[in-house]
Amino acid sequence: MSLLETRGLTRSFGGLTAVDKVDFAVEPGEIRAVIGPNGAGKTTFVNLISGRIAPQTGRILFAGEDITALPAFRRVRKGIAYTFQITSIFGNLPVHENVALAARAGKGNATECLTRVGLETRSGQVAGTLAYGHQRLLEVAMGLALKPRLLILDEPTQGLSDGEIAGFVKLVRAIASETTVLLIEHNMPVVMELAERITVMHRGSVLAEGTPAAIRADPQVQSVYLGTA
Amino acid sequence: MKGDGARIALLHGAVLALLFLAQFVAGDYVQLSLTRIMVLAIYAMGYNLLYGYTGLLSLGHAMFFATGLYVAAIGTTRIGLGVPEVFLLAIAIGALVSLAIGGLALRASGVAFMIVTLMFSQAAFLTILYFGEYTRGDEGIVIADSIRRFGFLGMTVDLASATLRYNLALALLAIAMGVCLAIVRSPLGHVLIAIRENESRATMLGYDVTRYKLFAVVVSGTLSATAGAAYALMFAYAGSTLASIQYSIHPLLWTLLGGAATVLGPLAGTAVMYAVVDIASGFTTANLLAVGVVLILLVLFFRKGLLGTVRQRWLPWLP
Amino acid sequence: MSFFPHLLLAVLEGAVAAATLALTALGLSLVFGVMRVVNVAHGEFYMLGAMVAWWLSQLVPAHPLLGFLLALIGAPLAVGAVAFATERLVLRRIGYDPEATIVATIGLMFLIQQLALSVFGADAKPVNAPFTYRIVFPWFGYSGYKLFVVAASAVLLLCVWWVMSRTRFGLIMRVTQFDRETATAFGIPVGRVYSAVFVAGAAIVAIAAVLLVPIQQAHYLMGLDPLLMSFIVVIIGGLGSLKGSVIAALAIGLLGGIVSVFFSPTFAAIIATLLVAFILVIRPQGFFGAPAR
Repeated sequence: MSLLETRGLTRSFGGLTAVDKVDFAVEPGEIRAVIGPNGAGKTTFVNLISGRIAPQTGRILFAGEDITALPAFRRVRKGIAYTFQITSIFGNLPVHENVALAARAGKGNATECLTRVGLETRSGQVAGTLAYGHQRLLEVAMGLALKPRLLILDEPTQGLSDGEIAGFVKLVRAIASETTVLLIEHNMPVVMELAERITVMHRGSVLAEGTPAAIRADPQVQSVYLGTA
Repeated sequence: MKGDGARIALLHGAVLALLFLAQFVAGDYVQLSLTRIMVLAIYAMGYNLLYGYTGLLSLGHAMFFATGLYVAAIGTTRIGLGVPEVFLLAIAIGALVSLAIGGLALRASGVAFMIVTLMFSQAAFLTILYFGEYTRGDEGIVIADSIRRFGFLGMTVDLASATLRYNLALALLAIAMGVCLAIVRSPLGHVLIAIRENESRATMLGYDVTRYKLFAVVVSGTLSATAGAAYALMFAYAGSTLASIQYSIHPLLWTLLGGAATVLGPLAGTAVMYAVVDIASGFTTANLLAVGVVLILLVLFFRKGLLGTVRQRWLPWLP
Repeated sequence: MSFFPHLLLAVLEGAVAAATLALTALGLSLVFGVMRVVNVAHGEFYMLGAMVAWWLSQLVPAHPLLGFLLALIGAPLAVGAVAFATERLVLRRIGYDPEATIVATIGLMFLIQQLALSVFGADAKPVNAPFTYRIVFPWFGYSGYKLFVVAASAVLLLCVWWVMSRTRFGLIMRVTQFDRETATAFGIPVGRVYSAVFVAGAAIVAIAAVLLVPIQQAHYLMGLDPLLMSFIVVIIGGLGSLKGSVIAALAIGLLGGIVSVFFSPTFAAIIATLLVAFILVIRPQGFFGAPAR
């Protein structure tokens, strides 16, 4: 049974269909990347999965259970953790409190999660004063503290330096040993290095799906995406 | 964290102890003023729980205060209930009213929440005027001294006695302070603060934000109703002015002045503002002038308020 | 009176009520629409306009028309000046933060109200209408001035609509309303636009006060009702939608005018405020506003 599955998922805004009848499945334990050019519908798609917006038609199944009608917070409790594309932390609260809030909700261990992302020495600092790269790590730590079955990382490497990205890749790989990761990513080298399977979205639909090698070789993908990237 | 607990208990205990000792040095006028301040501070503490900690700006808290006020006044004068019963009834009805209003108003957020609370409160105010036959409108209900003298657990309690009233107000204040401290320092209180700081983040950590907000509205409204009932019973009066829009603004002002999201802030703010208005009314009949000026100055120059500033500069552990 | 004359009276009263609502709400709607802040002192701007109108009219007691014309110029100037000072000294400094603006304008509300009490006293001040022509129907007479108010508010609404939709300044305001950052990127001086809009909102409500004070009397506490009524209109019309506000004013005014012929005004007010609260609860964006982005 797939961990996450969508069937005919559709959402439009005004005249624009951002996500158009998408059938999609993530298997337990894999690292899956969703890529696509700007405006392909990736962000709307993850928002539908995380429950931040509601679909017009279609269904979402999580571990076989229909979660289409569940509000976002219940999906989080079922094990879908979401890290925001635009960093969203409690900027006025200490780092440790940020993770503790997540840990209390998800029964995780705050200190352990901070250590895993390497922020244990900064736990007393006010989160808003962290450097940008550290704030992104804090987001990941909050996601980990939820003890999710599916961790959605929405453009996690955006705005990070090359050195930070390398560390990030290592971290995600370690995380993937115990949970399923859905990665929405722009940075192709990161995707190619991490993902076991890649789903390419284009104009709201799934254009192609397969291993990194297969996606790299797909002429359709090359024309709409890789050629312009 | 353990050390914080002791310091916090010590500080708040000291404030209560000082208030207890004050009655032995204060004259009649100051004692009466302090009694009023303590009762109104309970109202402000309730307000602060919602505005300061949870970040919800209500412009309609007078309806909760008035709920307690009128349940107490009508219950004793019209229905003939005893003072202790009516007090408990007022608290229960206050909780129900805030549950109902909270359930409705929380469907709106931001500016809309503010206007919804304002509108509900205005409707309540107009309802009080409309049923003037029972509420006696802005003339108000006076609770006779004979009603305020009653037997309780074998003792005779006389609410017209200034000393008794003072100590009752102090006891209620202590309870309200205890409730606030307990909530604010609990995991639940941390979630309320998280909602204030970043609501969508709190949702995406799996917290049912609406339920937490509803909890805050109910506790806040219930404390306000408790203060209202105490006010009516202790000062023997309930009038529609106490349900007007002004009385929704007052706790906001006291909270902002004393320091939003500090447990002692509302008490400090109420006391200072009470003194300011008291002094100002020696010069002018326009005694709300001070309220207006202080509000503007606070927003412009003193956003953290008295205890908020103390916390920022000197005592970071202040709850 | 039989049914038809009764209905005619109700419709006339309703039209006057609708004009009153539209006039008072127009400024609030404009300010909220463009600046996304709620001006709680809006009702006091109205009161101030009425007070200035009274003060000017009693300078020339023999000529109500002259006093009216003076007020039509003096009141918007005076209230506009107060609004300008508010915008510069307070709103700008707090960066138009929605919550801080609400708190600050609440302060301003008390400040203006209490100053008016100190300066003008607590008694109600009647202002004569500029003319006293009475329209005689077969069944009853009706104030010609009230109908003039209806016509004048229609003209004022058309003017504002014309400015918003047909002029360059209107375009600038609409761009600013749509997105402050985009506007800045296009080189629009957002600060000056905000100033102008806030002052314009105050001037419009002052004109409304000048028009309405002959049928209301000036009093230092008169600001609360127009404030609440403006909230009602602006909310039902959809926060920030000018068109919605006008339609809402017409609907509520006509309905309210008709209802008040049959029920007590307090009861009508309770129903109206509850209605607004419930509309906001069910449809927080009102009927014409776009949902928050």
